[in-house]
Amino acid sequence: MKKVGSQTFKPQNPPYLISTGVVAGPFEGRGILNEYLDHVYDDLNAGQSSYEAAEKHMMLNASLICLNKARKTPEEVDLFLAGDLLNQTITSGFTALELAVPYLGIYGACATSAQGMGLGALILDGGYASLIQTATSSHYGSAERQYRYPTEYGYQRRPTAQWTVTGAGSALLAVEGKGPRITLITLGKVWDLGIKDPFNLGTAMAPAACQTLIQHFADTGRGPRDYDLILTGDLGKIGGALLVQLVEKEGGFNLRENYNDCGMMIYDREKQDVHGGASGCASSALVVFGYIYRLLKEGRVKKVLLVATGALHSPTSFQQGENIPAIAHGVSIEA
Amino acid sequence: MDVDWQIYIFAFLVGGAFALVGQLFLDFSRLSPGHILSGLTVLGGILGGLGLYEKLIDFAGAGATMPISSFGNALVQGAISEAERSGIIGVLTGMFELTSTGITSAIIFAFMVAVFFNPRG
Amino acid sequence: MVNKKKKSLNQRQKKYQKMAKKEEPKPAYLSNALRAFFFGGLVAIIGQIFTDFYRLTFDMDTQEAGNPAVATMIFLGAMLTGLGVFDKIARFAGAGVTVPVTGFANSVASAALEYKKEGFVFGVGSKMFTLAGSVITFGVVTAFIIGLIYAIFIF
Repeated sequence: MKKVGSQTFKPQNPPYLISTGVVAGPFEGRGILNEYLDHVYDDLNAGQSSYEAAEKHMMLNASLICLNKARKTPEEVDLFLAGDLLNQTITSGFTALELAVPYLGIYGACATSAQGMGLGALILDGGYASLIQTATSSHYGSAERQYRYPTEYGYQRRPTAQWTVTGAGSALLAVEGKGPRITLITLGKVWDLGIKDPFNLGTAMAPAACQTLIQHFADTGRGPRDYDLILTGDLGKIGGALLVQLVEKEGGFNLRENYNDCGMMIYDREKQDVHGGASGCASSALVVFGYIYRLLKEGRVKKVLLVATGALHSPTSFQQGENIPAIAHGVSIEA
Repeated sequence: MDVDWQIYIFAFLVGGAFALVGQLFLDFSRLSPGHILSGLTVLGGILGGLGLYEKLIDFAGAGATMPISSFGNALVQGAISEAERSGIIGVLTGMFELTSTGITSAIIFAFMVAVFFNPRG
Repeated sequence: MVNKKKKSLNQRQKKYQKMAKKEEPKPAYLSNALRAFFFGGLVAIIGQIFTDFYRLTFDMDTQEAGNPAVATMIFLGAMLTGLGVFDKIARFAGAGVTVPVTGFANSVASAALEYKKEGFVFGVGSKMFTLAGSVITFGVVTAFIIGLIYAIFIF
């Protein structure tokens, strides 16, 4: 069996991450990740008529850039795995329409980047495909209006609130090729530790990340020191601090040396007023497909564990008084 | 020209006090702005029913008419004064008598804004 | 079995919420409060200036002059929303600008603006009051009850 322990999958022939593409909005372009982005839009609308159309445009553009870099065409793609935050994952569906490829919509909220890579790797290793593309996106404007308030509504964000990243990321996974490989996939369970505040999602998601991390270590016999870098998707400042404490308390692992959160690696937190850090599907996508992919290719890091986290609530479930459940998926990427 | 300059001081203090109450509720409770504004409107209505809000307006002018609580008071004044003239049915007919300006202008100006502008994010 | 699991989860939830509470940064209570007070007072003064202006220019009494003054403030709130600056002012001034009618105007105008993309009927027309609707509803319900009390017991 290619499964180790209770939640971890280990491909026999770890698939290659042969190419990535990342695009982002203007606010992200002014952040610290700028030089690792393939394209920065100078307008939140990306020249489109609505935020939703802009988000679709971004996901399509990231996907095409990714294909271009690997000199592949959409016709060669066996399967397109994509997900986003909007109702009915319309961004992914409309992007797949333009790409005209077999498509499976996936949803893991902001854990979608890891979910897409993990699922893609499993299908490739199962021998059902040779080239799989995955993509995810989020957009400040479309997320605000769906989850919170109209963008022009005047209110003060609480200091725990995070800023939704505008951007999209795509990656190509192949059975053969060059690039870092996906060696282990730990799929998470859904956790609910009773957090209700939708302006404090990092806190709601930290326990899910903790469980997936500890399970990953238990399943594989690895520990934090086996990785050059351990990343979470968008726990932000508060969620990240909670995760370090939780993992130490519940699993006895020390994350203080090589852990960071993608949500803390996008904006220039001294100049950009983003409170608790970044959030959204594009948070981990921009950092991992942009920055980390480059580090892996240049050999500056060798082993990276991404644990992307997602909050599985909706405005409806929140208004009906439900807690905010969360999930986290882990993917180990090794050069 | 009879401008009562003192009223500017009281307007500032009372207008500021209403905002302060709203801000304290926002920061200390976990209620949304929608909850707070609805609550202040109800509060204004109750103070109006007790006859206190009109006194506050005499005292602080715009300090009492600008906060959203004055909307609650104006609804109550409209309902009460018409009820006095025509009984229970007056509660229905008089309700929006005094608040017509606020609601109408909000609809008209918001509509115009939607026609001429786009959200900027 | 399920019950036992639930119980231990509840304990974990309580423990975690305690831990999370400690990590949570608090809003800047004092500066938020001072700014709200100052801007709330400032908006009232501007409103008073308009009230006096209408009263003296059009020879109205104070109560009559309140109406065009409120309308003017609503116009300003809606206009600043359209220009995209109201949300930035509110981020700084907090309840100072959202508790006065300028905030009411902003909640109507921002919704009208935001849902314009869904068309003038389903978007602007129906969604204009998504945020401000509760203020009108609760105001009317309150006034209805008080009006009834007056009509039945007092007059």
